[in-house]
Amino acid sequence: MDADLNQLKINRNAKQIDAEIISNKKVGPYHHMVFAVGEIAASARPGNFVALSVGGENSASVLRRAFAIYRATDKGLLGGTIELVVAPHGAGSKWLCSLQIGDFVNLIGPLGTAFGIPTTAANTMLIGGGYGSAPLFALAELLKNRGCRVDMVLGASTASKIYAPLEGKRSVSSLTLTTDDGTAGVHGQITESIPRLIREFNTEVIYSCGPMSMLNSINKIAQDFDLVHQCSVEESMACGIGVCMTCVVPVKVNDDIKMLRTCIDGPVMDGSSIIWDKESLKDRLTK
Amino acid sequence: MNSFDFSTKIASKRFENPIFTASGCASSGQELSQFFPLSEIGAIVTKSIMNKPRTGRITPRMAETPSGMLNSIGLQGPGIDLFLERDIPWLVENKAKVVVSIAGESVDEYGVLARRLRAVQGISAIEVNISCPNVENRGQVFACQPDTASAVIETVRRNIGGELPIIAKLSPDVTDIVEIAASVIKAGVDGLALINTLLGMVIDLNTMQPKLGGKTGGLSGPAIRPIAVRAIYQVHQAFPNTPIVGMGGVSNGRDALELVLAGATAISVGTATFSDPTAVIKIRDELKSLLIERGFTDFKSAIGYAHRQSA
Repeated sequence: MDADLNQLKINRNAKQIDAEIISNKKVGPYHHMVFAVGEIAASARPGNFVALSVGGENSASVLRRAFAIYRATDKGLLGGTIELVVAPHGAGSKWLCSLQIGDFVNLIGPLGTAFGIPTTAANTMLIGGGYGSAPLFALAELLKNRGCRVDMVLGASTASKIYAPLEGKRSVSSLTLTTDDGTAGVHGQITESIPRLIREFNTEVIYSCGPMSMLNSINKIAQDFDLVHQCSVEESMACGIGVCMTCVVPVKVNDDIKMLRTCIDGPVMDGSSIIWDKESLKDRLTK
Repeated sequence: MNSFDFSTKIASKRFENPIFTASGCASSGQELSQFFPLSEIGAIVTKSIMNKPRTGRITPRMAETPSGMLNSIGLQGPGIDLFLERDIPWLVENKAKVVVSIAGESVDEYGVLARRLRAVQGISAIEVNISCPNVENRGQVFACQPDTASAVIETVRRNIGGELPIIAKLSPDVTDIVEIAASVIKAGVDGLALINTLLGMVIDLNTMQPKLGGKTGGLSGPAIRPIAVRAIYQVHQAFPNTPIVGMGGVSNGRDALELVLAGATAISVGTATFSDPTAVIKIRDELKSLLIERGFTDFKSAIGYAHRQSA
């Protein structure tokens, strides 16, 4: 077994707290929510996520919801805060979005891996699908501070579903928008624009976050151009802390396949190590 | 009430308190140790281990359901070699009481696993998982038939030697769980673990296909608790002297007490840990308070209380 995998990884900085909601604003189809989290903010890195309880005490939703951290601020008027972008899709996220300032939510974080930062100034491209853009803004700021060029590409089905707040754009060298329906930016799927932009900006490293199908397409492009690709993946998750083994993705480790937990070994993973075509594994996995 | 005796016993083994993790819901303890010292609970029941490393099933492996969830992991695990080399020493070092859960594809595999465990220091009991629903062939669920269930237990009993208690984990997906319990008790178990998950399915309305990669999965969570209470009640009524590790949707002290009154000697907490990593601690403290409130001076006298004739 790989020595690295042999190490027991646990969430050394994770804490469980009741976090107070200090802001909850509707932004297009999403909610921008701010939570007072104390010292959790200081240990959060771009790419990390938090797991929130939803539905209140008598909820029939027994599982937490995982959200990528949009921004963490460790010294503000209210102490440490983290900000999340929530899409009210299901019952749990709708409940969360309905909460008021002063309400409390049980929160565990920071969880999971963070985006790796190049050791030298590099040309980076940050690609986000829908509200998958959320963790990329804090990453952009960090990369900019390290002297990297940061080109951001955000895509969605339609203009209102692109999450690109004003303050998030400060750190980017360029911002390209794409929509499937042509209501904003370039008309077409986000992945259609990527090869042209890679050539234009001389991209060396790609960071991505969004639906798995989008990440898969970006990974193919990254391989064609021989670029490093760090992606934040998603898979149905129950616990968020590494005990349930539901959120796994198949990863190549030497000649072997390991089912690695996206909550511990992810969500940020090396795109080239992931086996994107799950069907190809059918005969190698447990029936 | 410092004098309250919260300890419990399974055969010769004593546990400080009756709250355990459930197998498959606490991995091998390392992840939970970030949230509480493992020595605080009665025992860690480790994820069922098999002889060889195992990838488990394709994803999605999870579907949330009303007051519960389906899982379809398929016994992913490192295999017994790495488990004994890495996980057991770590648990012992962290002063956890350990119940090792084992699973096999054949009767022989259970025998091999029992032989590997017989001389291992620091183990308090063996849980023999003969009821994992996430296998390709329903015929492989040994706990569905009295003869296959007892064949596994006889093999483990023969290979384990010594006085390590054997606990058989049974499935509620049977016509008569008392009949299965009778067969494994006759084959020499020291205790029973009731209940494993129930086989279920969710269909995704977007794809119009089963949502889980493995199509079916095991249902757990508060939705199954009344089934657990019923199974424990029936089995305790038939075999009042056989310890039962009760589990099935226990989320708070009230739920734990319900299973104890039905006949549970210890309580395993599974799905509740997914929603709250410190659920076991909360449940332990709430159960103790509820017992004291009701005038019990020790935990043991509450076991099976629901079976007493009212005066």
